[in-house]
Amino acid sequence: MHGLPSPLPLSVQGLGFTAGGVRVLDGVTFALRDGPPCLVVGPNGSGKSTLLRLLHGLLRPTEGAVRWSAPARQAMLFQRPVMLRRSVGDNLAHALSLAGIGRDERPARIAAALDAVGLPHLHDRPARRLSGGEQQRVALARAIALHPAILFLDEPSASLDPAATRAVEEIVAGIAARGTKVVMTTHDLHQARRLAGEVLMLHRGRVAEHAPAAEFFTCPRSPEAQAFLRGDILE
Amino acid sequence: MPGLSEAFGLALGLVLAGDAALTRIVALSLRVSLTAVLVAAALGLPLGALLAVARFPGRQTVIVALNALMGLPPVVAGLLIYLLLSRSGPLGSWGLLFTPTAMVVAQAVLITPIVAALARQVLESMWEDYAEQLRSLGSSALRAVPTLLWDGRIALLTVLLAGFGRASAEVGAVMIVGGNIEGFTRVMTTAIALETSKGDLPLALALGMVLMAIVLTVNAAAQLLREWAARRLG
Repeated sequence: MHGLPSPLPLSVQGLGFTAGGVRVLDGVTFALRDGPPCLVVGPNGSGKSTLLRLLHGLLRPTEGAVRWSAPARQAMLFQRPVMLRRSVGDNLAHALSLAGIGRDERPARIAAALDAVGLPHLHDRPARRLSGGEQQRVALARAIALHPAILFLDEPSASLDPAATRAVEEIVAGIAARGTKVVMTTHDLHQARRLAGEVLMLHRGRVAEHAPAAEFFTCPRSPEAQAFLRGDILE
Repeated sequence: MPGLSEAFGLALGLVLAGDAALTRIVALSLRVSLTAVLVAAALGLPLGALLAVARFPGRQTVIVALNALMGLPPVVAGLLIYLLLSRSGPLGSWGLLFTPTAMVVAQAVLITPIVAALARQVLESMWEDYAEQLRSLGSSALRAVPTLLWDGRIALLTVLLAGFGRASAEVGAVMIVGGNIEGFTRVMTTAIALETSKGDLPLALALGMVLMAIVLTVNAAAQLLREWAARRLG
């Protein structure tokens, strides 16, 4: 779809991150290949969000490295979308401008992206005035417009109602089906079941298990994953 | 000295009749203060935005100094500009002392720190919200400055109105560097001070009314603008 060398596999080696004396991630090693969505799961505080920020480049690792096979066009969706105080269309245009996309190309990309999230009618509305669910879909459109090879999502539906969550999941599945590698954190195992092609489970800043979704949910190998799937409280 | 009610009546008459001297003084006041606000905006807004997004050694010191300068007494600002512009001062050859330009400079010196410090506060809290998202989209801190200035436009406009309020109401600085010369550098505040001490209460009161009306209008406009923006932009 992109006609450029794929940035995957992404190889993560010995990744560690310490903040304020707290070891958030420690010796994280895994590889991400092209394919269906990778869901990053684990209890609160296991380092999921930090891992995503390190992969995306928002944080610098304290140890280890994140290696892409080729420069990666990537985008990230945050739990709480940040909309600029301007129209929906101008929010997308601003992102495209930062990505170096020329003025002539922007309107078509914006229209296609808003179509993809089912909100073409909101193009001229002030983005901050939309509901939380609509803002998250606009944030998805903003990411889609960038044609990313990788899309990171950090608990994108954590603060949304069920209808908005369903809408977000459908859009994410659609993005993945069109060839973007989706890497998404969630604390909701049901959501992981619905979306995952593979699961990366973190526990206390380490990789507890990295397996295809079918395998992870039916016969988890690590005691942490077994306990997590049983619904035990993991500390 | 006329009675207070008589003075009020005469003052109202001056305002309603659009008295020539009164109009000239009001016009000069507006010209000087609005120009000072433009200068303060051109210098203070980018400075405030840079301080909001940039991290460098000494940043905290600059912020403390800026906040302290917000309380710079107008007479001290006036005195400093006077020393710079006086005939024997370093910029004496420019011949600016006792001109409207000197008054603009004095007011700009007075309100640029206010504009910069308030803009810094507004934009820094915006940057806390925006930083991660903008960096994710590939924006550097420097590139974020115009984004923040545009997104904070309503709040920044009220910052400029606050600067205008301070500039148009101060008397010490323009008195010292302008000299309160009739028909040339006499503005509302210096005229009020002079006419009151001369006992010409009607003109002082008339100017006071106009000044109050301007300040109230500006504040009401700021309030309406904020409400409109909250509804329109969120």
